[in-house]
Amino acid sequence: MLEVEGLTKIFPGTARGSTITAVDNLSFSVEEGEVFGFLGPNGAGKTTTVRMLCALIAPTRGRATVNGFTVGRDDGGIRRSVGILTETPGMYDRLSAEKNLLIFARLYGVADPAGAVGRYLRMLGLWERRLDPAGSFSKGMRQKLAIARALLHEPRVLFLDEPTAGLDPEAARLVRDFIAELRAEGRTIFLTTHNLDEADRLCDRLAIFKTRLMTVDTPAALRQRLYGRQVVFHLSRIEPGWAEAVAALPFVKEARAVDARLLVRLDDPEADNPALVRRLVELGAEVRFVGELRHSLEDIYLQFIQNG
Amino acid sequence: MQRIQTIIDKEWAEVFQNRIVIFTVSALPLLLTLLPLGILFATNQNPGSVSGDIADLPPAMVRQCGPIAVMDCFQIYLLNQFLPLFMMMPLFIPIAIAAYSVVGEKTTRSLEPLLATPITTIELLIGKGLAAVIPAVLATWASFLLFLAGLPLVRASSVALLTAFSPVWLAATFLIGPLISVLSVNFALIVSSRVSDPRVAEQISGALIVPLLALVFGQIAGVIVLNLQLLLAAALVLVVLDVALIYAGARLFQRETILTKWK
Repeated sequence: MLEVEGLTKIFPGTARGSTITAVDNLSFSVEEGEVFGFLGPNGAGKTTTVRMLCALIAPTRGRATVNGFTVGRDDGGIRRSVGILTETPGMYDRLSAEKNLLIFARLYGVADPAGAVGRYLRMLGLWERRLDPAGSFSKGMRQKLAIARALLHEPRVLFLDEPTAGLDPEAARLVRDFIAELRAEGRTIFLTTHNLDEADRLCDRLAIFKTRLMTVDTPAALRQRLYGRQVVFHLSRIEPGWAEAVAALPFVKEARAVDARLLVRLDDPEADNPALVRRLVELGAEVRFVGELRHSLEDIYLQFIQNG
Repeated sequence: MQRIQTIIDKEWAEVFQNRIVIFTVSALPLLLTLLPLGILFATNQNPGSVSGDIADLPPAMVRQCGPIAVMDCFQIYLLNQFLPLFMMMPLFIPIAIAAYSVVGEKTTRSLEPLLATPITTIELLIGKGLAAVIPAVLATWASFLLFLAGLPLVRASSVALLTAFSPVWLAATFLIGPLISVLSVNFALIVSSRVSDPRVAEQISGALIVPLLALVFGQIAGVIVLNLQLLLAAALVLVVLDVALIYAGARLFQRETILTKWK
């Protein structure tokens, strides 16, 4: 659905003759129906990337196809076939919610503008407020209105730039739930966010990006790659030498004791946990609880961003 | 075409909720129409006051009047002073609309979602331009018709009436007016892209009035007498300027320029 190859954007700098590379040699692909998370710090070039892929600005180098249309060659086709939620909702504050959406439905050439507008206003719980000026809406309502605007022409690819930024927890949850619904409908979603928990929950794959691409993978694979898999054994007590005894097992990569817990790093916990438990029982341990230690996406993200 | 119409609808729905724009489009033309009618009425009420002033009329004006009555010549002279008013209306109104339209889009950051639609740059520019030009031209023409209708009511002489229907007046209102309107809207769009306050945009764009003021003072001083040749030459210059500004505006309204350079 999205194919990106060597995409680069260089802007002129403020000093005469200087340049700023916002996006450097970016390559990745996104499959149909996938939710693709694009993570990076402020100023990393996320919005520039979204703008290039939505045919709003031209790449300096590289090639990208979106929904079969090539950036720079079929820009009109791209704009017709994608929906975009921009970083700020950008509503016409003096106009009603309904009028705001009707304008965009007509610009996108929707066959039944009033029908499409009514459907999305109801779907997002804004029908009762449809005649109110968009300027009177709360931040969450404006964001929902902007999402409706991005969906009016039923695009198969959606670009959501920081969809929950600045929203209170309730509004953010509503927006996240709606994104999950869109995912269930099989739409391809390109999501840029600072909210790592949100990315972890919603995205099939994640790209970590800071001017250039650092990594792309599923959240689980990123954890595995950085930390391996870790199992934590909660014991009633730990005797000296137990951690070393466990570490001596051939499938264990590392074992260490922390308070009354034993942290064990290994590749395949599902296959090797029974043998581990048996060994601990042989050593005289009383196993109270076994769980997998799951590193937060924040740990992974910071590891990549800080280490470059 | 549908997209251009949508932009026009959008612009009108938005800017005509702004009191300053409503005043500029409705009250200002009315004021500029009633003012000359009032002056003409006052002059006609007191014809004796005029006779002594005829000697002060510019020689070119006296020559243009020929053998007609002094009072008639004075009325034509007065009328000609009012003609630039009908060229000022199509200048001011688009500036107000365009300034609030573009600066408004910048402050609410609504241009990016708009640019993400399939609309082309030229459609957007035409839509925004027409949304400002159409009310300006219609308001000017309506004012002119009101002025014509008011002339008999203020007891203007038949010579004065004929002057208001002369090719000079018709060319100024129906040819120069729309051309000035196109010029001012494109100038205002360019200025608005560089500033973040609609009032500043209006003030800077208002500089366009300087040539019209020169015309007014030139007429009063007798240096310039408006005639058809002069107006046709002005129309030609305006066409060239309009094309140049439309070209400059189209360059400025490129998506990338708007998103990366407009502040």
